[in-house]
Amino acid sequence: MTEQSIKPMTLNFGPQHPAAHGVLRLVLEMDGEVIERADPHIGLLHRGTEKLIEYKTYLQAVPYFDRLDYVSPMNQEHAFALATERLLGIEVPERAQYIRVLFSELTRIANHLLNITTFAIDVGAMTPLLWGFEARETIMEFYERVSGARLHSAYFRPGGVHQDMPAGLADDIRAFCEDFPRLIDDFSNLLDENRIFRQRTVDIGVVSPEDALDWGFSGPMLRGSGFAWDLRKAQPYEVYDRMEFKIPVGKNGDCFDRYLIRMEEMRQSVAICLQCLDQLPEGPVMAPNHKVTPPRRGEMKRSMEALIHHFKLYTEGYHVPPGEAYGTVEAPKGEFGVFLVSDGTNKPYRCRIRAPGFPHLSAMDFCCKGHMLADSVAILGSMDIVFGEIDR
Amino acid sequence: MASYDPRSALQDLGDYLEAARAQDVTRVEMIRGQLVVWTGRERLLELLTFLRDDPNTLFKQLVDVTCVDYPSRQERFEVVYNLLSLKHNLRLRVKVTTDEDSPVPSAWSVFKSSNWFEREVWDLYGVFFSDHPDLRRILTDYGFEGHPLRKDFPLTGYVEVRYDEDQKRVVYEPVDLVQEFRSFDFISPWEGMTQLPGDEKADEQTGPKAGEGA
Repeated sequence: MTEQSIKPMTLNFGPQHPAAHGVLRLVLEMDGEVIERADPHIGLLHRGTEKLIEYKTYLQAVPYFDRLDYVSPMNQEHAFALATERLLGIEVPERAQYIRVLFSELTRIANHLLNITTFAIDVGAMTPLLWGFEARETIMEFYERVSGARLHSAYFRPGGVHQDMPAGLADDIRAFCEDFPRLIDDFSNLLDENRIFRQRTVDIGVVSPEDALDWGFSGPMLRGSGFAWDLRKAQPYEVYDRMEFKIPVGKNGDCFDRYLIRMEEMRQSVAICLQCLDQLPEGPVMAPNHKVTPPRRGEMKRSMEALIHHFKLYTEGYHVPPGEAYGTVEAPKGEFGVFLVSDGTNKPYRCRIRAPGFPHLSAMDFCCKGHMLADSVAILGSMDIVFGEIDR
Repeated sequence: MASYDPRSALQDLGDYLEAARAQDVTRVEMIRGQLVVWTGRERLLELLTFLRDDPNTLFKQLVDVTCVDYPSRQERFEVVYNLLSLKHNLRLRVKVTTDEDSPVPSAWSVFKSSNWFEREVWDLYGVFFSDHPDLRRILTDYGFEGHPLRKDFPLTGYVEVRYDEDQKRVVYEPVDLVQEFRSFDFISPWEGMTQLPGDEKADEQTGPKAGEGA
């Protein structure tokens, strides 16, 4: 008798699958119910953002960043703004820096709310999603009040933020921040000791510290494996060095640790928001350099020069001195970076977008190997995958 | 750019690399407070391994691999490796140049994260990586032809897709634009023109000028 080799069954997961978090096509080679090899096929949401930006002025490029990771738009604009500001060599006014930090943290809360709740629904818990979206909607409302749009805000622009916060918004954000920890407690009560949730997440998708570095992990994925690494602390930008907050760190590097880290990060974000509101200074929100930032509407009514500046900035845009710069922020999903190469014209010569989800998903094969089919969903959920940023 | 300013540490690192790895490093430069190290294709892996393991560098994480295309150069592609040292809290960019035909050694044996990044560079620029475990296209469509991020690839691409009701499937057709893509020349003669007409021959050795090809 010759030994018979059994060909592993190939299973096609997605691209239209509710747990695929978008348009992931995962080709799984299965041995029974155990995954032998996972091969993610991405690119189904590829829109050529990097190519498009090469044909747009710097200001026109800003809205593309909202459409990358559409769950945390402002953080990404932030990275682009930092890279452009580094090239231009301009300083952002203090009030704008505080507003940026404030909204970065609100975005982080909004992002983690979506991630934790969809993660929970992936492993069988329905209720958090319903609760979470209500709070998320409140944050969207803040977005709308400050920028005019719920999702694609285009609010952080090179030179500062587009407009000052409207009257009363600071108080409403404060009220939200004071009330919100109650909701985090509710989530904790639902999930932390939940037997099903724990069975689905504890010791699933364990990533050792060495592997986390080797695979280029960042954000909660890296912290889950035991590194106290957070760009807000390690390489502080804006006014993060004036904020007091803690970095939660995991012990085991499994899905449950990553969930706990995101929960704690929300609490820390609330604390940062409140500190921002306490310290928020008065002043301009855009750098006063009108070769880069537009003049105020009132000035344009009286000053010819302001009118010319406005016209030039919204048609031609500003010219950025030749050079290159890498701007990066600690986005909710990890290190989001923008590598800009300028040739001295009004359009970027090259705009590379470094999305945190990309290396995370590339480790999918490594994380899933030897796990059950159902665990792949939990691993995917804990990676916080959003296809807008991965496919770009 | 508040309190984090690693310029002096990066300067020291640059000097150290020039001294310790003179055979690998062709040039070290600081660009806007960020350190860039140039190396050759054949020395790349030695340098990356050194950067990862040497106690003075410990760049344990390969954050990004990307590419920039300069069609007018002899070796048109600049492959950029973005490294991060958690221990020393520093960033470093390693650059190599290549052209369409010369392969760059894959960094897969040094950093696992290079796998997909290199696939992406291959997909979008057509830079070939030798000894890569799985160099397939990643972001573009199945069966896509060409490398879309090259400067000579048109923004609109060559084919468009639509669902054909008769054939009951998606069909590919050559791109048909109602209006040409409009690309304006924003280089105004008042500020953008750095060279007067007739002076071109005076300094022909300079690289691509601002606004070229617009």
